[in-house]
Amino acid sequence: MKRNYYLFAGLCLTGILAVAALLGFFWTPYDSAAMGAEKFLPPCAAHLFGTDNFGRDIFSRVMEGAGPSFLIALSTIAIGAAGGVLLGAVTGYFGGLADEILIRVGDALTAFPSILLALVVISLLGPGKPVNLVVSLGLVFIPSFARVTRAAYAEAREANYVKSARLMGASPARVMLLHILPNTMPVLLSALTIGFNNAVLAEASMSYLGIGVTPPDASLGYMLSEAQSVFGRAPWYALTTGGVMILFLFGVGLIGEGLRFQEGGDV
Amino acid sequence: MKYAFRRLSALLATMFLVSLCAFAAFSGISGSAAEARLGTQATPERVAALREQLGLNRPFPVRYADWLSGFATGDLGESLTYRQGVGELLREKVAVSLLLSGMSFALIVLCSVPLSLVVVRFAGRPLDAAHTVFNQFCMAIPPFFTGLLLSWFFGVTLRWFTPGAFPGLSRTADALRFLIFPAVAIAVPRIAMTVRMLRGTLLRELNRDYVRTAISRGSDRDAVLRRHVLKNALAPTVAFLAQMMAEIVAGVIVVEQVFGVPGLGRMLVVSISNRDYPVVQAIVVILAFWVVASNTAADLINARIDPRLALADS
Repeated sequence: MKRNYYLFAGLCLTGILAVAALLGFFWTPYDSAAMGAEKFLPPCAAHLFGTDNFGRDIFSRVMEGAGPSFLIALSTIAIGAAGGVLLGAVTGYFGGLADEILIRVGDALTAFPSILLALVVISLLGPGKPVNLVVSLGLVFIPSFARVTRAAYAEAREANYVKSARLMGASPARVMLLHILPNTMPVLLSALTIGFNNAVLAEASMSYLGIGVTPPDASLGYMLSEAQSVFGRAPWYALTTGGVMILFLFGVGLIGEGLRFQEGGDV
Repeated sequence: MKYAFRRLSALLATMFLVSLCAFAAFSGISGSAAEARLGTQATPERVAALREQLGLNRPFPVRYADWLSGFATGDLGESLTYRQGVGELLREKVAVSLLLSGMSFALIVLCSVPLSLVVVRFAGRPLDAAHTVFNQFCMAIPPFFTGLLLSWFFGVTLRWFTPGAFPGLSRTADALRFLIFPAVAIAVPRIAMTVRMLRGTLLRELNRDYVRTAISRGSDRDAVLRRHVLKNALAPTVAFLAQMMAEIVAGVIVVEQVFGVPGLGRMLVVSISNRDYPVVQAIVVILAFWVVASNTAADLINARIDPRLALADS
């Protein structure tokens, strides 16, 4: 088989950034709140990404801001995937009225911009708290996972391996979990990478708008809105912060591409 | 005709559901938000007077029907922050946001169709991998980051427009010149997505028997591509582009903030921060209507392109 460079490159890129982001929870080169250094220092050996309008080290701030973004996206996807897979599996496997209703509601919901839905939920829960952000984004991601899973389960329902498992007396839960779920993995993994990127983007957008993660909590989205106001004096602030975000999304995108390539899905 | 009727009634049913959900979700906290505004002056009499003034004492179905009919008459209640009718407040903003999303949509169509025709030639060659990587990279660029760079480069450095100073729709040429930059910011990752999808669709069609037959009969590959393949790829593309409208609206909400475009997205964000729920619920319903209506339009267009789709749906 041809070597899967996409998957390899994607895993390396995402891995390095994820390690740096997780490291940011415990250690950063400088105290990210310290305003000791000179203001608006361009990138140099001591300050890899330069310093901002308060003389804070941008590299340390990016490291610290990437962690929450990463974790929020991860928990968002966990909620979305857990809820969506459960709903999709049950309705897809059993069919019937619940299935019909889910398809209709899901169709209506997936037609909406995810950010709009998340904004609605968060304005009901109250903006400004990371927990509310995770809950609102998580709820918003349920329909897309439910849709993908439902399609896979509805197709598998009539497959021979499922029929034979049923004939041998396996319970519906066992069939769904042990027989069908592993077969839906390629589709689900692909949906996970796409969903993860959407979650990172949605979190960053909402924090940029001042409704997601707000200070004193660190986040890349909020940093970009700060960077915009000092772009003329310190373009490296926006470029490095945005660059890290792009590289991260790019890495996950490559993993998704690699997974599809692995499956031979790419024509 | 029957199909069109069915699609339109489905559109109405969806919008009814959406508006009901939005109204039900916000009407509860809307009252308490209004009361919170009274602050320390909230004596029971004042609260009762305010509830009466906002019409919160009437039964829910009556309030809902009243609000819904407001979309026809333009009377959508009063904003809590601006002391102004919501309909009046949003009128110009609706036009600005719809124009912006329309421009992004046009850009996406105009760029991605020719690009995908170029890209499809590389399929299976070394350049193909370069395209895949570049494509993934473009998809990873958040619209607000592109917007930030564009507003700085074209706005602050070249002074082609002034970020934050939207000239207003009455000066159409200036307004269009301003909006083209946010439209580009929204379009870049979507163009990448569309090219990717179109490339897949075109390749699937190119592998069909009728293409092989046409080429073996002596037609040249480009002519087959133009005359037959594009036509067959049209219906899935229209469906895909309609789904894109939801993504474009998401982009509009964020990018309006970057460029300071006075549209619905900016108003939505401000109103959420201000807890101005009458404005929020109106904007949510308007944006949802725009997305659902464009999906219905795509279904109707597709039924024209390929009547089998209308039959399959019945």
